[in-house]
Amino acid sequence: VKLVGRTLVPGTARGAIAAIPPLSFWGGYDAASGTVIDRSHPACGLTLAGRILVMPAGRGSSSSSSVLAEAIRLGTAPAGIVLSEPDAILAAGAMVADALYGRTCPVIVLAHHHHTRLGEHGYALVDAPNGSATVQASDR
Amino acid sequence: MLALTDIDRALLSGGRGEAAAFAMRLLLRYGEALGAERFIAITRAHVDGCLYHGRVSLDFVEHLAALGGRVSVPTTLNVGSIDLIHPELFRGSPEAAANGRRLMQLHEALGCIPTFTCAPYQTLFRPSFGEQIAWAESNAVVFANSVIGARTARYGDFIDLAAAIAGRVPYAGLHVPENRLGRVVFTLPSEARVHWSADTLAVATGLVVGEQAGAAVPVIDGLFASTTEDDLKALGAVAASTGAVAMFHAIGITPEAPDLATALGGREPEACVELSVADLEAALAHLSTVGEGAPLGAIALGTPHFSLAEFSQLIPLLDGFEGNPAVDLYVNTSREVHARLAELGWLTALERAGFTVVVDTCTYVTAVMRDVRGAVMTNSGKWAHYAPNNLGAEVAFGTLADCLASAAAGQVTRRRA
Repeated sequence: VKLVGRTLVPGTARGAIAAIPPLSFWGGYDAASGTVIDRSHPACGLTLAGRILVMPAGRGSSSSSSVLAEAIRLGTAPAGIVLSEPDAILAAGAMVADALYGRTCPVIVLAHHHHTRLGEHGYALVDAPNGSATVQASDR
Repeated sequence: MLALTDIDRALLSGGRGEAAAFAMRLLLRYGEALGAERFIAITRAHVDGCLYHGRVSLDFVEHLAALGGRVSVPTTLNVGSIDLIHPELFRGSPEAAANGRRLMQLHEALGCIPTFTCAPYQTLFRPSFGEQIAWAESNAVVFANSVIGARTARYGDFIDLAAAIAGRVPYAGLHVPENRLGRVVFTLPSEARVHWSADTLAVATGLVVGEQAGAAVPVIDGLFASTTEDDLKALGAVAASTGAVAMFHAIGITPEAPDLATALGGREPEACVELSVADLEAALAHLSTVGEGAPLGAIALGTPHFSLAEFSQLIPLLDGFEGNPAVDLYVNTSREVHARLAELGWLTALERAGFTVVVDTCTYVTAVMRDVRGAVMTNSGKWAHYAPNNLGAEVAFGTLADCLASAAAGQVTRRRA
């Protein structure tokens, strides 16, 4: 299935999908290991490094920009992020990592009904040039 | 598509220096992501990027410094990782201390004012009603918008400093008058004012409103008419922690809400929520991870940073106060208030009572507390919300008087309402 959305931060990425509820990267994500560490989050313990992170929205502290950028620098960040609500905090982190290190982590927004469908699949290819983005989802 | 003015184009092309061009390119992409149509000028900034989160924190500021960056508007700084006045309080590694200190110094070198406080509204650099500003730190953002009526979107790391250097921000979010209107009305029951004092009711309200308001600007009806700025500070801080609230209206209290119709801009609210005493009680109960009688290891006050008015309530409580050797006492504040404490002789009173006064940082974001194996009691909803995850601490929430009584008793002891 191929879904069309909007690019917040350009790039391309592919990987296994991790569909989770909103996560605050600050306090909730360990940039050293690439895992969820928020004890109250249902995905606590899950590794997001190299995955396509599918979550409806960002959450919590504005320091999440730094945590995401640090994870991108270390290679422990999600390969790409697919949201259904634009999140300026996560977008800023990905933009700065691109500007400083030339490492991309595309961040895109899909309409809610498309976003829900994506979570049913196992793998995704995100192609996000400036403007509109496409996500190709498959079961393997 | 973002329409650019001559000022914007000059910034982008390097006419105001390479650092400003780098900052403006970042802001342009950011503005496009937000769907903004144009940029506006700001008069002030408050930067949260001086708290160390890893190598990227230093790389970003060093990059701007190497390009010759300077902030172009008065720019205050949020807390850092180190108390530079009392560096011996830091319990992390020497490397973390060195990085934290260097990051704070680099921000000063870019021309930022070394306030190192999460409560810049308690400093000389407080903005005025209607000013367009770029503030980071969620509690400062909600305070500026709600209590002062200054206008800021919710800025985060990197973008805050980029805005301070360029002096521009995308015209979006709460910069735009229409987006500041209330959309969801929360009504408190009148019995709530019998059950709780103004400070505790503010925290309970902030908890529930943060959880339920989502992205909508909430309107709160039914707080005490005597609600103070410090109560509103606590309400906003906790609402911005349990949710993403960046502005609230309190009818008859905050400047853009003289009455309900004005707060709503004459429109119908999208939803009305009647809160019950039970809702508020449940939210407060959820904040504590331990119950009455739990042994205490510390009390933590001053999140956000304690104001002079809050110290004026604390000082009389120290009369005849006998601390318990097992319970450490911490209070966070700014260097500006710390200097006043010294002048007033209050610092001596605090130290005599056993308090560690922490400045430039905060006990929930850095390694300062000696021991968090015992439970920690706090009168801060924000501290109680974050500390279990950040520090691995067990927490009890209570009033300022409860905190001191519990510190003396060595265990959680709340006065019955």
